[in-house]
Amino acid sequence: MRIGIDVGGTNTDAALVNGETVVKSTKCTTTADITHGIEESLTTLGGGFDPTQLEGVMIGTTHFVNALIQGRGLNPTAAVRLGLPSTAALPPMVAWPPRLVDAISGRGYLCHGGHEFDGRPISSLDHAELVQVAEDIGERGIKSVAITSVFSPANAEFEVEAASIIQSVLPEASISLSHEIGRMGLLERENATIINAALRDLADNIMSGLIACLGRHGITAPLYVSQNDGTLMDVEYARKYPVATFASGPTNSMRGAAFLSGKDTCIVIDIGGTSTDVGVLHNGFPREATAEVQVAGIRTNFRMPDVLSIGLGGGSVVHGQYDDLSVGPDSVGYEVAKLALVFGGDTITATDIAVACGRADIGDKSLVAHLSDQFIDRAMRAIDESVRATVDRVRTSSEPLPVVSVGGGAILMSDQIPGCGPVLKPNNYAVANAVGAAIAQVSGDVDRLFAIEPGARERILDEAKQEAVDRAIAAGAEPGSVQIVDVEEVPISYLPGNASRIRIKAVGDIMSVRERSANSGVGVRA
Amino acid sequence: MSFQLDIEDLIDLARGAALLGTGGGGDPYIGRLLVESAIERHGPITVLTVDELADDAIIIPTAMMGAPTVMLEKIPRGTAALEALRGLEKHLGVTAQATMPIECGGINSMIPLTVAAMAGLPVVDADGMGRAFPELQMETFSVYGVKASPVAVAGDGDELAIVDTGEDNRQAEWLARGLTIRLGGASCTALYTMTGAEVKRTAIPGTLSLCLELGRSLRVARESHSPILEALSATLAQSEYRHLRKLCEGKVVDVERRTERGFTIGRASVTPFDGSEDIELTFQNEHLVARRGSQVLCIVPDLICVLDVETGEPITTETMRFGQRVTVIGISTPDIMRTPEALKVFGPSCFGLDDPFVPVEELRAVLTGV
Repeated sequence: MRIGIDVGGTNTDAALVNGETVVKSTKCTTTADITHGIEESLTTLGGGFDPTQLEGVMIGTTHFVNALIQGRGLNPTAAVRLGLPSTAALPPMVAWPPRLVDAISGRGYLCHGGHEFDGRPISSLDHAELVQVAEDIGERGIKSVAITSVFSPANAEFEVEAASIIQSVLPEASISLSHEIGRMGLLERENATIINAALRDLADNIMSGLIACLGRHGITAPLYVSQNDGTLMDVEYARKYPVATFASGPTNSMRGAAFLSGKDTCIVIDIGGTSTDVGVLHNGFPREATAEVQVAGIRTNFRMPDVLSIGLGGGSVVHGQYDDLSVGPDSVGYEVAKLALVFGGDTITATDIAVACGRADIGDKSLVAHLSDQFIDRAMRAIDESVRATVDRVRTSSEPLPVVSVGGGAILMSDQIPGCGPVLKPNNYAVANAVGAAIAQVSGDVDRLFAIEPGARERILDEAKQEAVDRAIAAGAEPGSVQIVDVEEVPISYLPGNASRIRIKAVGDIMSVRERSANSGVGVRA
Repeated sequence: MSFQLDIEDLIDLARGAALLGTGGGGDPYIGRLLVESAIERHGPITVLTVDELADDAIIIPTAMMGAPTVMLEKIPRGTAALEALRGLEKHLGVTAQATMPIECGGINSMIPLTVAAMAGLPVVDADGMGRAFPELQMETFSVYGVKASPVAVAGDGDELAIVDTGEDNRQAEWLARGLTIRLGGASCTALYTMTGAEVKRTAIPGTLSLCLELGRSLRVARESHSPILEALSATLAQSEYRHLRKLCEGKVVDVERRTERGFTIGRASVTPFDGSEDIELTFQNEHLVARRGSQVLCIVPDLICVLDVETGEPITTETMRFGQRVTVIGISTPDIMRTPEALKVFGPSCFGLDDPFVPVEELRAVLTGV
């Protein structure tokens, strides 16, 4: 048995999953200290399982990305870039929203170092310069440092060396290195590294809180955290690389929707209290965004699911009456249970419309009896139209795809979307994201140097892909489900023999419990 | 009429330049940030139309040279292009009255703007390629008799070299490329010093404004959720570029790319969504040819552009990667670039391709049987 927990901005959902069955689930309000919500979930689920027999607890959270968006709980951070005299035109955090630079008290330092594409240093590392930078960082009371060196994905030695110099001056500092976090593209990789550095303390606190929380419930099973691509990382990895959790929310809800509905190629509409995410799942994998992805206004080049968000949820406020009628984007959020008409409040919300038109049966229906049929009809059409238009935008072909609706706000949905066919609302739809966390995938990675002889590239790539697939299977993936999700080839021009660093990631569904031998554990990124 | 270029124009301009960059020309985002910071420090830039130039005015174009894969990592120091211009002025004993792009595409639409802002010079709304090409002799300036030499090549470490190869523009490319490789695969250059009369005779006019218009129509189409290709098609139809053809929609399944001989060289495969045979793209900084099996779909000097299938955002050859979902399009190049003289300088054979040049609008017609 596994427990999946999704910590959203509004709700904390949890599901106890046994093989293919959702045994029990719960939904509660997310607290400022997120461990309280998790505590409450575990208490509610308690009794449904033997805490010593759990295989794992999987947590998906938007907490870190929300912290960035809201600019709260972030470390003061120093960004050290190695590349002078080049790169000076665009210093670290260029084009960031000023609010976020302030939120991390961001300090950029341009230093000598970096490599050319062919492995020569741009300039040699200046020990004294780095000591001076470290001292300045220390005097400002900054404890988190991001180091980015030009061409570090091909040659990381300067990042490693600079880290040891800075660490020797600032033994307490936590240091994030760009070659461990991002790919080619200096600005995008540096941005991701700075964000990671700014989240380190928060990650540390939350991971420690979570471990203590499980301990209080007698759970000895390992704790895992969902990554952007739906695979898991262990707690120690999550402490060091919180930025890898950023897109796990939409990924988990899409994969949960597929699991609950049995549709592995579909459009998923995840409606929460405030917003709706619409994405596409293809053979069980979320479709990826192609262009650079902005997170909180900062450009990165992560692999992220391609999700469209609109300001529509169960708590969305209905404005106007006639042609001026609109739903959202403002929302009463989790206070819907207090402020909506059907719960005795005085705000007309999308939930009230769903109850009034018979799509949902919650609260006290008599409290919306006074709404006119015309008004209800107009509001309903406004809701349907904004969902339809969004679904329409995520489709790339006219081929009809099944539509699956999940999330607490799925009660707003009609059974049909014009032009899209029926809308499926699977059992346990309200906790699909927690289920998605529980059924997390496992991955197999290959990341090393290959010598590519003339004419041999295709064979070498095929072999490397096969190796990644084999590793995923060895880590517990069901063989038929494994797919290659990422291939990156970085030519290392300074090594003889046409050398390339090849990075491949294969991902597959975790083999269900009954298919596995009793003693194998949950596979996880090492 | 001359006009002022402000920071608000730059997003549209960079996007349009990325489109005409036909996969190359360097990262448009970095280019845009460079101009933004130059305008913030030095104020807006004046853009002159070709007919506003005095016949005897001295114009010195500026550009970056090298492999886009390098520029993506080794971001410029930001001062080298102006140093190249100043170095060339000193060498020639002249003072430039304006600068100009030698190509319109990506970062190279932007470098002259940074020079213009820093030096307080106007920039000419024209260029010598009407798109991006990998080599510096591949210019309408070359085709119609303007010397590239002397070429000033500047590096981020205050290095400056002057290359003079007389009339031989191909040799100027060869030597300047050698210096660029030594400078780490990217350098800044000032070259093709010419008079206003020569600009009028040999340049492709109005390409900066065209980039602006293309970027704007792409953005407006995206914001209003109307079909992006139709919007681009309509804008191009009003210009010298006339035809846009969709070659395929699909997923990038392989990218092979190296920094070699001072270029980004490689190929990419796209598997179409409709299950038809893969499209293969070959590039040297810019896309050179798109093929399905042995069939040519579009070939240089016509433009091959790879766009994000959802947003229409142009994707450069150095940022293409596995899994991207893309639309591949072909755009017809202006007639001035399809003449026999022009094809001798930047036709397929100049890139070692055996296929003859056939206009994309004719190739595509064969493909669809229309």
